[in-house]
Amino acid sequence: MFEKVLKKREFTLFVLLVFLIVIISLRSPRFLNIANFRDILDDTALLAMVAMGQFMVILIAGIDLSVGAEVALAGMSVALLHQYHPEIPIFAIVLLSILIGFSLGSFNGILVSLLGIPPIIVTLGTMGIYRGFVFVVSGGTWVSAHEMSDAFKNLPRGGFLGVSNLLFRAGREIYGVGGNEIASQYVGINLKKIKYLPFMLTGSICGLVGLLWVARYASAQSDTALGFNLQTIAACVVGGVSIFGGSGTTLGVLLGVLLLGVINNALTQINISPFWQMGLQGLIILVAVIINTIMERRTQELIIRRRNL
Amino acid sequence: MKSTKTMSIWHILMQWEVILFFMLVVVIVVNSSLSPYFLDLNNILRTTFNFTEKAIIVLPMMFIIICADIDISVAGIIALSSCFMGLASQHLGAGTPALIFIGLLTGLSVGILNGFIITKIGIPAIAVTLAGLFLFRGIAYVILGDMAVTTYPESFAYLGQGCIGNTRIPFQLVLFIILAIIFGIVLHKTTYGRKLFAIGNNSTAARFSGINVDRIRFFNFALIGLLSGLASVLLTSRIGSTRPNIASGWELEIITIVVLGGVYIFGGTGSILGVVISILMVGLMRFGMGLINVPGLVMNIAMGFLLIIAILLPGSLRELQSKILTKQQQQ
Repeated sequence: MFEKVLKKREFTLFVLLVFLIVIISLRSPRFLNIANFRDILDDTALLAMVAMGQFMVILIAGIDLSVGAEVALAGMSVALLHQYHPEIPIFAIVLLSILIGFSLGSFNGILVSLLGIPPIIVTLGTMGIYRGFVFVVSGGTWVSAHEMSDAFKNLPRGGFLGVSNLLFRAGREIYGVGGNEIASQYVGINLKKIKYLPFMLTGSICGLVGLLWVARYASAQSDTALGFNLQTIAACVVGGVSIFGGSGTTLGVLLGVLLLGVINNALTQINISPFWQMGLQGLIILVAVIINTIMERRTQELIIRRRNL
Repeated sequence: MKSTKTMSIWHILMQWEVILFFMLVVVIVVNSSLSPYFLDLNNILRTTFNFTEKAIIVLPMMFIIICADIDISVAGIIALSSCFMGLASQHLGAGTPALIFIGLLTGLSVGILNGFIITKIGIPAIAVTLAGLFLFRGIAYVILGDMAVTTYPESFAYLGQGCIGNTRIPFQLVLFIILAIIFGIVLHKTTYGRKLFAIGNNSTAARFSGINVDRIRFFNFALIGLLSGLASVLLTSRIGSTRPNIASGWELEIITIVVLGGVYIFGGTGSILGVVISILMVGLMRFGMGLINVPGLVMNIAMGFLLIIAILLPGSLRELQSKILTKQQQQ
């Protein structure tokens, strides 16, 4: 019964997505275009990767508000390093970005798991700390396109068998989570580890995404990825992940990511001011959380009713 | 005999309020060594302008966290209230009383909306107010875009910039002191305050003992909305302009102040004295960092660490205390 409802949820999302695409392409003929769809997929691939991390964190009933700052700090650090030491091979920079993200995420994870501070407080604090450090390392300056080599900028654009590198990586992350979901069902073996892992993994993903982000948009600044926290949470909640933790599917989150990506892209396509983005995402989260809660309550009532029979 | 005496001194020293007070003294000493003008009464009164608006939201946030809830939408409420005041002043030529009314009403309505969704639909406060943080500021962005409203009437400036009579005492500060006294009395001397602690300690037990938990939580959210509206009126009046990014990031500082003031993040404990000392300490610390030209984003590093330390310290102190107590009992 429970599985059926979950399946239904993803099906509704899918129908909603198709419906949205049809409506938008009626309004704007430029929307249904392979190049535009590649753009959407490239943009959403970054979101998808971090949303997978956020998904893991929410699964343990946590929340990570520091992802945007982690992306910005890792991205800025590697961009600066690349600017002053262009001789460092790209391969090393990729590793370094993951390492930076790993340390930032681990700091969150240690505070949550070992010291028992609620995730929202930890990440509210580290959001300020990491964002502040972006300013400290950069001195408030930007790293812009002409200060990056072509090899650096082409990093996310390289294709792999016709599939963008970004997508390829996102796919691998999903399998990672698939493994972790099974692991998380065996909670109780090592609760501290289970509470640390999602933050550490999210941080590592954010490190890599930070590099891809500054390479893709060819600029690193103090306010890089400022609204990213909300987008990742929105993607999870829209995808049917319960904010109380413990339920949700990767497919749902992916559909949530795509839905947000299509909406963001469509806003510019049908000439709606980008100022709508923030409010719209807030509204989407609110509506999705309300629907999730009501659906959960209904399934619970159903289960109780069945037991009574 | 001797041991109980040392224990009681130790006990007093270990009170969070006392530790906070010493931290406040350290901040004042450091600040006055940074600038010879700091310890001037007029100057100190002027510095309070920088934190009274936040301090006014800290008070209802204290109620909310004592109840084991949280509201991270406060800065969004400020932006939305300020935006509506801006519209009224720009397009309708609203006077000062009307602007105050609009600011307060916007805050109250948003607070009621939050409270309704949280208590009636039963969605966790963190999810609702997180969405609210972006929704409310997002509406301000939709309405204002990259425009700023600066057409406020001259008399409006008094609220945020004026002083009482011919003295140098800011109107805002007096307003805050009155509110702090009221909140202190309500928290420590009324049944409403006792109910807050009861809900924070164990909401199920509180419900079974006849407390209407949801009504009190609803009232808290309406209250913080109203006071965020008030803070918005004061802030808009002080800086004389409205931009959609007004007061961004304030939720971090407000929650930090409450938690640093000794309010347990999972609810159930807290005192007005600790929170007020914490307001002064954080406000003066920010002022000191401003004296040595620390940029705002870098101040956030300090605030972030302070938030984490503020949560770690009381807990570990409590553990230390109980360890010492059990040791003495064993003796």
